[in-house]
Amino acid sequence: MTDEPKKMAIIASQGSLDWAYPPFILASTAAAMGIETKVFFTFYGLPLLKPEIKAKVTPAANPAMPMKMPFGPKGFQSINWPIPHAVSGVMPGFDTVATSLMKKTFANKGVATITELRDMCLMLGVDLIACQMTMDVFGFEEKDFIEGISYAGAAAFLDFAVDADIQLFI
Amino acid sequence: MTQQTYDDELDCSGMNCPLPVLKTKMKIDEMTKGAVLLVSTTDPGSCKDMPAWASRVGHKIVDSGEVDGRFLFYVQKGE
Repeated sequence: MTDEPKKMAIIASQGSLDWAYPPFILASTAAAMGIETKVFFTFYGLPLLKPEIKAKVTPAANPAMPMKMPFGPKGFQSINWPIPHAVSGVMPGFDTVATSLMKKTFANKGVATITELRDMCLMLGVDLIACQMTMDVFGFEEKDFIEGISYAGAAAFLDFAVDADIQLFI
Repeated sequence: MTQQTYDDELDCSGMNCPLPVLKTKMKIDEMTKGAVLLVSTTDPGSCKDMPAWASRVGHKIVDSGEVDGRFLFYVQKGE
């Protein structure tokens, strides 16, 4: 261990449920390891800072996503259902069903929810930063987001990232 | 693995990455230097994660092993 803490800078640019996990998992773990961490939420990642996270998965846009059931006998659960793109892409409510199945799977496997991981990030001192420009573009105000976050632009984030030991774009 | 004494324990059974590490970090923060926390997990990933975390933050895993499908870690709080 050195006196100067290691640093990690993450850009979280995606807002779907599957893409929401990596920034919060890595940021909370890094903070637990004594790594000073900042996450810059921009474009579609920005809504992850709203009080209620409504992120979904979109199987039609992710052909490699395993389509499995989180209930039933083990053999049934291991079936990877071959859902044609023509169905997953156009059927109303398909994303909602797939999202609830994935959330159920995560819960069954003891994976924390996005909200839990975000709370841990704040508890552990991770700096969650909302991109000011994206707020203007998409019409968000500070009152739309949770307490305890900060607001900045590209230059302020890069000023931290340039000296970071780990830089990730997610 | 030999029988160790410990000051407090934390059950992380059923929890998946990164929860065992996060819960252990929060628990050990409340303890005093030199005290030993017994952490039990069922996540196989924790076998590599716990030592990596501990060595990074200056805690010592004085003993670890698998008992009845559970992974046990005796974590001694460092600086």
